[in-house]
Amino acid sequence: MTARIQAPAGAPYARILAVGSYRPERVVTNAEVCERIDSTDEWIRERSGIVERRYAAPDETVIDLSVNAAEKALAAAGITADQVGFVLVATVTHPYQTPSAASEVAYRLGAVNAAATDISSACAGFCYGLAMAQDMVRGGSATYVVVVGVEKLTDWIDLDDRATAFIFADGAGAVVVGPSDEPAIGPVVWGSDGSQHDAICMTQSLIDFRDNGGPRFPTLSMQGQQVFRWAVSNGSVKAQEALERAGVTADDLDAFIPHQANMRITDAMIRALKLPEHVPVARDIETTGNTSAASIPIAMDRMLSTGEVPHGGTALLIGFGAGLAYAAQVVTLP
Amino acid sequence: MSQEILDGLAVIVNEVAGVPVADIQPDKSFIDDLDIDSLSMVEVVMAAEDKWGVKIPDSEVKNLRTVGDAVAYIEKSTA
Repeated sequence: MTARIQAPAGAPYARILAVGSYRPERVVTNAEVCERIDSTDEWIRERSGIVERRYAAPDETVIDLSVNAAEKALAAAGITADQVGFVLVATVTHPYQTPSAASEVAYRLGAVNAAATDISSACAGFCYGLAMAQDMVRGGSATYVVVVGVEKLTDWIDLDDRATAFIFADGAGAVVVGPSDEPAIGPVVWGSDGSQHDAICMTQSLIDFRDNGGPRFPTLSMQGQQVFRWAVSNGSVKAQEALERAGVTADDLDAFIPHQANMRITDAMIRALKLPEHVPVARDIETTGNTSAASIPIAMDRMLSTGEVPHGGTALLIGFGAGLAYAAQVVTLP
Repeated sequence: MSQEILDGLAVIVNEVAGVPVADIQPDKSFIDDLDIDSLSMVEVVMAAEDKWGVKIPDSEVKNLRTVGDAVAYIEKSTA
């Protein structure tokens, strides 16, 4: 006879309890970036909206950045590290195949009871992690989940490439997701399109570099126009779908926090979405650059800490990037 | 050349890049005369695709040097 198995019991709903972020100390201006590429401050501002960005110190690791952000989020949530059941780290810049960044982050946080793994969904990684954390809390596999979005992209870009050097930067953002009596994270709308895998990719694999050498260590490359078109057309449709599935309209929003890819993508998305003018839009890219998986929680933290958007407000999030992967959801802000 | 498509395109270019409608003439180059950069060009193309129900692949966009080129391409695609 088949034994009856006890199913896990989860919370009715999940919510973001708190957010924390870490922006590395060193400010890098467009003038400094232009010391290595043939470009100008004006051109960079016009094409991307970026005025300055942050670079991590050479000895500062993805783990260090993550721990800094996650400690702030845990303190703000009033949750101790030993209560954490899972640590999810969204990143594409941890420089080891194994073990995961998350296991070391959990250890450094003192999250002795936590399972841990990394998510490799590039700029969509934070929204992927948030959706998975919600499922864990509701599914009963963890009570509290730390979701970190972190990148040290300066290790993986070609600082002499005028197409990408000015865009990418370093940083970390984290949230604590926990149980809720009320719905506070809407259904995720997500997907990926591997047929466009070369739109944002590495110039070669590490194995090819080892075996065949060549002049350059693998770095990130991007087909700007292709990504722009996909992000605006697909992104606005998926963001609209996330609103509909959450049962809210653009008019109900207190904030629109898209991945900080490029100010021009954000502006085009706003137009495509017909976002009402009263909705504040995250424009953190101006001083933080594009930090891939980290950009949404960093921008969220800034909007909340400056008072631009209210705690408990309703925000539409959308992450999109290499893969081409995307994820959008409506959340109640912590 | 279709005046209707030219007029429609002028409205799109004006909305995307703020170029005065009167300046958007068939002989004008998007990049050199109208100062439309590559990202704005993608937006113009996407809006044109929506408006006329045509497909303008990325590989074709670089061949659309002037406003006239774009009008002709849309005209041919909708014919």
